[in-house]
Amino acid sequence: MKYLDEYRDPAAARKLLAEIRRCANRPWTLMEVCGGQTHGLLRHGIEAELQGTVELIHGPGCPVCVTPLEAIDFAQQLAMRDDTILASFGDMLRVPGSRDSLLQTKAKGGRVKIVYSPLDAVELAKRNPDSQVVFFAVGFETTAPATAIAVQKAKCDHVDNFSLLVAHVRVQPAMEALACSPGDGVQAFLAAGHVCTVMGYASYEPFVKQFRLPVVVTGFEPLDLLDGILACVRQLEAGEARIENQYARSVRREGNVAAQELVNSVYEICDRRWRGFGEIELGGLQLRKNFHEFDALKRFKDVSQLPIVESSECRSADILSGRIKPPECPAFSHACTPESPLGAPMVSSEGACAAYYRYRNLQNNSPSGSPQKRG
Amino acid sequence: MCLGIPGKVVRWIDRDETFAQAEIEFDGVRRICHMACVIEANEGDYVIVHAGIGISRIDAAEAQRVFEELAALGDDEGWQGADW
Ligand code: SF4
Repeated sequence: MKYLDEYRDPAAARKLLAEIRRCANRPWTLMEVCGGQTHGLLRHGIEAELQGTVELIHGPGCPVCVTPLEAIDFAQQLAMRDDTILASFGDMLRVPGSRDSLLQTKAKGGRVKIVYSPLDAVELAKRNPDSQVVFFAVGFETTAPATAIAVQKAKCDHVDNFSLLVAHVRVQPAMEALACSPGDGVQAFLAAGHVCTVMGYASYEPFVKQFRLPVVVTGFEPLDLLDGILACVRQLEAGEARIENQYARSVRREGNVAAQELVNSVYEICDRRWRGFGEIELGGLQLRKNFHEFDALKRFKDVSQLPIVESSECRSADILSGRIKPPECPAFSHACTPESPLGAPMVSSEGACAAYYRYRNLQNNSPSGSPQKRG
Repeated sequence: MCLGIPGKVVRWIDRDETFAQAEIEFDGVRRICHMACVIEANEGDYVIVHAGIGISRIDAAEAQRVFEELAALGDDEGWQGADW
């Protein structure tokens, strides 16, 4: 596929890898923010290949993992109502809530529908005028334009039985919280390519000045990841801290202004509790007043919040902030597997625990699954 | 979740400011996607689609940058024999 295959070329990947090794005169520690990048690094064996040269710490960029438990519990309660259909991205379904996952709720007779796009949930509401359709709006700034269009569409077409359970989160406040935490050892960040596609990277200019940490906006394919890592290493070796854009085929400095305006028309910034992190100041989005009629929390005020129960064994807070890697969690691959997960990072397609579990036998493979291994 | 897939704009359906739509082809499969955020894309251009909406038009010149950088790293000697 154009714009995918060429960025997976093993020979080119080897060349970049050799250049990273040549440039790095000492080991460096980078954090990739986005869970999609974590999966790419593991899937293509990049993390293993760079051992001893660059340590990759996996960041908080899994929106499914940080969606607060109370939101999941609320979604389950909605799904169990006779008059309500809970529509969600497939990623959310196996995430453990306090009692069940949405998949278990579905097995118990709850009405849960997987949709590919939030707009599909609006169509679902049109086809089911006798039911309430609630879309579980999870995701970073990448996803907020899609849910914003869905709300605009529902408003324009008077789809009164549609609402959103909003759990959108914003990346940069979490990065700031991590950069402020002493002793985390992160020396540079690979910023999330698709969040920056929407938001741009001008807001990182004060960030790199304040924290003196290089930030390289990076894509998701092996060559993107290696090129982003190389850019970080070059800056670190030169003692620089700048914002650089590796993913320029998609990301512009100002971002996608139309997408930002769309998001701003529907949402405003708010504080948000992140699962595993606690409250993050300005870390979320909520519906603006003129869209309150689409706010499921307001529409279903009668649903009482049950006490939240977090697994005592799950170390997801340490995973999401990069303090430990999944194999260091005692439950990893024993008490916690994708079939019987204790925490969200084991089931989300962007969760670090899922990545380590899935690619645990590929740790020494070269990029793009090329069979060549270190001699 | 932030997965974005590149696809080719094959046909514009509606260029409405908020609810623009176009047919996009992904590896031979066509889907109707929302295009309000990439209204500047032309038929034949590639866009990155996330959750059913286009979030950027791929800049074909910038897409070559990494390959130019690879070329600037010199010929293949010295890396083909890299130790893996
Ligand atoms: S391995 Fe399972 S229990 Fe351990 S941190 Fe990951 S999700 Fe939680």
